Amino acid sequence: MNSREQILGKIKHVAKADSPLPDIPDFEFAGKIKERFVKSMQGNKGEVIDMAGLEVFLKSNGFSKIISLAKGLEQLSTRTLPDNPHELADLEVAIIQGQFGVAENGAIWLTDADLGLRALPFITEHLVILVSEDSVVSNMHEAYKRIGEQHSGFGLFIAGPSKTADIEQSLVIGAHGAKSLRVVLV
Amino acid sequence: MSHPIKAQEFLSDPAKAKWHDETLWFVRDKRDAITKTIPEWEQLRDLASQIKDNVLANLDSYLIEFEQKAKANNIHVHWAADAEEHNQIVLGILRQHDCNAIVKSKSILTEECHLNPFLEKNGVEVVDTDLGERIVQFLNQPPSHIVLPAIHLKKGEISEIFHEKLQTEKGNEDPTYLTQAARIHLREKFLSAKVAITGVNFGVAETGEFVVCTNEGNADMGVHLANVHIACMGIEKIIPRRQDLSVFLRVLARSATGQPVTNYSSHFRSPAPGKEVHIILVDNGRTDQLAREKFKNSLKCIRCGACMNTCPIYRRSGGYSYSSVVPGPIGSILSPGLDIKKYSSLPFASTLCGSCSDVCPVKINIHEQLYEWRQEITAAQGANAKSISMKIANGIFSTPFAYKFSGEMLRGALKILPEAITYSGLNTWGKQRDLPEVPKESFKDWYKKNRK
Repeated sequence: MNSREQILGKIKHVAKADSPLPDIPDFEFAGKIKERFVKSMQGNKGEVIDMAGLEVFLKSNGFSKIISLAKGLEQLSTRTLPDNPHELADLEVAIIQGQFGVAENGAIWLTDADLGLRALPFITEHLVILVSEDSVVSNMHEAYKRIGEQHSGFGLFIAGPSKTADIEQSLVIGAHGAKSLRVVLV
Repeated sequence: MSHPIKAQEFLSDPAKAKWHDETLWFVRDKRDAITKTIPEWEQLRDLASQIKDNVLANLDSYLIEFEQKAKANNIHVHWAADAEEHNQIVLGILRQHDCNAIVKSKSILTEECHLNPFLEKNGVEVVDTDLGERIVQFLNQPPSHIVLPAIHLKKGEISEIFHEKLQTEKGNEDPTYLTQAARIHLREKFLSAKVAITGVNFGVAETGEFVVCTNEGNADMGVHLANVHIACMGIEKIIPRRQDLSVFLRVLARSATGQPVTNYSSHFRSPAPGKEVHIILVDNGRTDQLAREKFKNSLKCIRCGACMNTCPIYRRSGGYSYSSVVPGPIGSILSPGLDIKKYSSLPFASTLCGSCSDVCPVKINIHEQLYEWRQEITAAQGANAKSISMKIANGIFSTPFAYKFSGEMLRGALKILPEAITYSGLNTWGKQRDLPEVPKESFKDWYKKNRK
């Protein structure tokens, strides 16, 4: 008997009372969705900016290694997306389009279609995500309703820049992934 | 070694012990504050608990569904009955890819299986990439907390080991500086690893996808740069539907650290073009625990660590005092199922205050199970010093003459007994307590004299 049969057999032999799977209700959301999204993102140490703010950010830092996949902002790219993610190691800025935001926690949903390469939003030094104001949903229940049966090899909620508090619980931004996250609300 | 002895070691540095206690309480406070902002919090705990009950009642069919869907998504599915088989499967995949260096993100299951020493013995370099785990790996220590692996260390100790291993400035204890040094060191490892290993927070039967949650982004850095991703998952991590993630992602980070959600919640469904994903479904004692009616609920755990942060014993005794991979209240009900002799002191490392059950996001009755384990362990141990003295006391209290005689004798004896005997190591009661002053006479004698 292989391990699969052994494990499944052992489970089968345990007497189990039936326990119904609950329906997940739509929980009401008090407050304004857009304002709450901004507040959540700021709480996660992300910045919320507008198009003008993006221009200032890119210019004032003099970035020269940029990949932009966001709709309408492709011209900001200074290089094309490589085939091999290792070539992204020195990337300064990645600009991508988020599918929607979640007000209660600031999370933004992205899939393979938005990322080009799965490593992109992690390996870049700075990350910029465009989110349409109208796309923001209230909570995670609404978020998964919106995702529905969407089929992507990889899907991801990003809620802030990479961070850690593993040294004496002191918050440090920029652990292994992007050192900063800017969300452009459009 | 038993919990009280290890706890004593931890308490030998009172300043550090106090810091540990206060820091974990601070995390507990953050958890409380954020849960108060969610009006439906208690309803979410009920839902999370009910979903997990349903999982435990249908675990075999959900596992079969998960396997079928994952295979259809081009994921290789393996089954491991125990730790040894799990480790052999990992090694087999590494050999197949001619790989002798891997990066690994936080996975309590691989700690449970002692994967690191196994791989190292077989010539594979293992790099833990979570900052806290990398720190304890440098020190050859296991994590002392399942969410905050290096919570037992002060920044001075971390600065010292980083100076030795990463050549950081001597005496520089700035957390930002130290984190930056680790970032540079680990980036090199991420860029050169061919295989990345992760744990799994949730496996979704309906879709065959699995979800990994981190704040640092280390799991994704490893996985997306490597050619092969190996995900190690305990069989109880299955959930039925994609929409169930909405409940669990709402409660997990809030319970763990008081954040609204982890920075990265990654959903892996099929490999990127040209890459490989393996998932190993591990039993290692879980089906045995499922068969124990009183204790099977412990399998609902989502590893948030909230019960540790709130526990008055954990906070004041440290993770290592439990000598088990999962410490704290939840570890004290999981570990005796694996080895009742080795972990016999753990269910007693509790005040049974019930705070653990109050904060548990999936409503495991932790303190009741601690009590139940005490019954099992006491029955398995048979007579001990305490049960013998209780039997003697029973005899004394039920016989008036014996009661009067032993009272007189003890009043006399306690006056002349040297403190070295009263507070000897054999009398654990005397370690933290003083005996009250012995009265000159018994109440009965006093009454006879004064109420004639």
